[in-house]
Amino acid sequence: MNRRHFLRQLLTPLVGAISGWIFGIRPAQGSTPEGEPPRSYGMGIDIEKCIGCGSCMTACIAENNVPQPFYYRTWVERYAVKHDGEVVVQLISKDGQPVRDELNERSVLRSFYVPKLCNHCEHPPCVQVCPVGATFQSPEGVVLVDDQRCIGCRYCIQACPYGARYLHPATMTADKCTFCYHRLAKDLLPACVEVCPTQARVFGDLESTASPLTRLIRMNKIHVLKDHLNTEPKVFYANLDGEVR
Amino acid sequence: MTPEMIERFEGLAKQVSGFIYPNDLDIHWSIMIVLYPYLTGLVAGAFILASLVKVFNVKEVQPTYRLALLTALAFLLIAPLPLQMHLGHPERSYEIFLTPNPTSAMAMFGFVYLWYLMVVLLLEIWFAYRKDLILMAQNERGLMRWIHRALALFSTDVSDRAVAFDKKAVKAITIIGIPSAFLLHGYVGFIFGSIKANPWWSSVLMPIVFLFSAIVSGISLVILLYMVITPLRGEKIDMACLDRMSAFLFYAVIVDFSLEFLDFIHRLYESEESIKILSDLVLNKLILSLVVLQVLLGMVLPFVVMVLIRVFNLHEDLRRLLYFLSAILIQLGIFSTRWNVVIGGQMFSKSFRGLTTYKMELLGIEGLFTAMAVLVLPLIVLTVLVKILPPWESETAAAARSAQVRG
Repeated sequence: MNRRHFLRQLLTPLVGAISGWIFGIRPAQGSTPEGEPPRSYGMGIDIEKCIGCGSCMTACIAENNVPQPFYYRTWVERYAVKHDGEVVVQLISKDGQPVRDELNERSVLRSFYVPKLCNHCEHPPCVQVCPVGATFQSPEGVVLVDDQRCIGCRYCIQACPYGARYLHPATMTADKCTFCYHRLAKDLLPACVEVCPTQARVFGDLESTASPLTRLIRMNKIHVLKDHLNTEPKVFYANLDGEVR
Repeated sequence: MTPEMIERFEGLAKQVSGFIYPNDLDIHWSIMIVLYPYLTGLVAGAFILASLVKVFNVKEVQPTYRLALLTALAFLLIAPLPLQMHLGHPERSYEIFLTPNPTSAMAMFGFVYLWYLMVVLLLEIWFAYRKDLILMAQNERGLMRWIHRALALFSTDVSDRAVAFDKKAVKAITIIGIPSAFLLHGYVGFIFGSIKANPWWSSVLMPIVFLFSAIVSGISLVILLYMVITPLRGEKIDMACLDRMSAFLFYAVIVDFSLEFLDFIHRLYESEESIKILSDLVLNKLILSLVVLQVLLGMVLPFVVMVLIRVFNLHEDLRRLLYFLSAILIQLGIFSTRWNVVIGGQMFSKSFRGLTTYKMELLGIEGLFTAMAVLVLPLIVLTVLVKILPPWESETAAAARSAQVRG
């Protein structure tokens, strides 16, 4: 080994590490340093951080004009494990209280909250079944609905394993979470991520090693919902309990 | 959301048991989507019955051949109507034809439907009726003459060679028609069977179960129509024909029942993740429509009746009564089957933790009265078709055929 070769062997990883460090501390925003659109958006949710406050639902409803009070683009479930092992699941309202409160809290051993939304699957069954191609994946992998094309057949609603879709009663077309696509276009975070007080929700580009999402995925045990259906969700849950479907 | 919607949803929310995903509260596919597989099933079944005559040379069933074809046509013409009425944007439905998504089972609807209507049914009916249309037009005056001439596409050739070609064409079309009828209804089954999100639907058996239940419903409908129309025309019911049709109905019921039983056993034995919620669904929500109407009244009872008919040498009148009764029960059973698939499949949440309910409206575009109107409409279309294209064979033809059957 001559000197030149030795220096190259030494400096190459060093330069890589330094440039990685420089680019590594980027804000959790949609675009890559070059300003090009990122390749694949996803969301991470840390169950241990969610306090079930319902802020994400309030923000989502305000941001996206979600028809109220019965439809949700995102919602929060409370899982209460009782002393006898029985699991009771409750829907949490915008103000952080269970919608139907019929649980004796003294019987609860432990509980946790699970925020839900469209999983923006890599293989979305809704896109597969749409007869007219009104629902589609954006170049960044966000599953969207073209309400000018949707015929309102509701096949996509049936095909979604996660209950993420509904028929908007005003437009009579399928409606769902868009990861706040209109905000992403302005380099803003989805409304639910923006308002989360505990940063239980993180958002970012799955292709970027720098995004908080990638960090969450790296540092935690990660689950996705209903992975046996091979939809390859892009909403990743850290510290998820096996009870959750 | 309108105040009426909110009120309706509040009513639904009260009846929810367990935990459902919030967007699963309302049933998305209503009674209209129950009607669609019911109507297409009748089309496919009636066509299969008609094809028995032409392809498998079952001479006894000849008296109902044309009636079965016209029944298939009448129901096929109305079948897309409930779908259309169900759409959120019916004015955009043509998009399915213009910009179909090739990965969507539903997008293939346009093509399967058009193929079946244009290539199979209309063509077969035209060839089957061409000679008669020409002969009828020759003896008529005024409007009917022109209608019949136009329907014959102004052809006038009734030479032996032309008629022989008609017969050959009918046979060829029927041979294409059988797989097409299988496709038509198998594909409807596939629409449901391919939804992996829904364990009540997702089954590879679904298209086959749909197909055989279609055959069952189609044959029993033609039996009913034949038994009602023939006395109204002052004619005698051909018992050889009725016995033979009922025999085919009996075989189809056996296959259909076996398939559904297999599906049931398979689910129970595999006991997958969804088994608990599906048991809850059957025991709490579908006990009347599935256990009582579909299985006991719609399948077991007519099956027992048909076994009795075959075991005991019953009198003609009693046989007729029992055939009629079984055919009505089977219609009821198949309608319940469609209901249980479509509505039942939406009454449990994909959370697998809770059940919701379906409240059918009385009035309104997806209400009970509209549904009944949609069910009556094909019969009205059939009445018009029968007036324009009389499906009855002449007495000489009937005598010749019965001689042939006996001989």
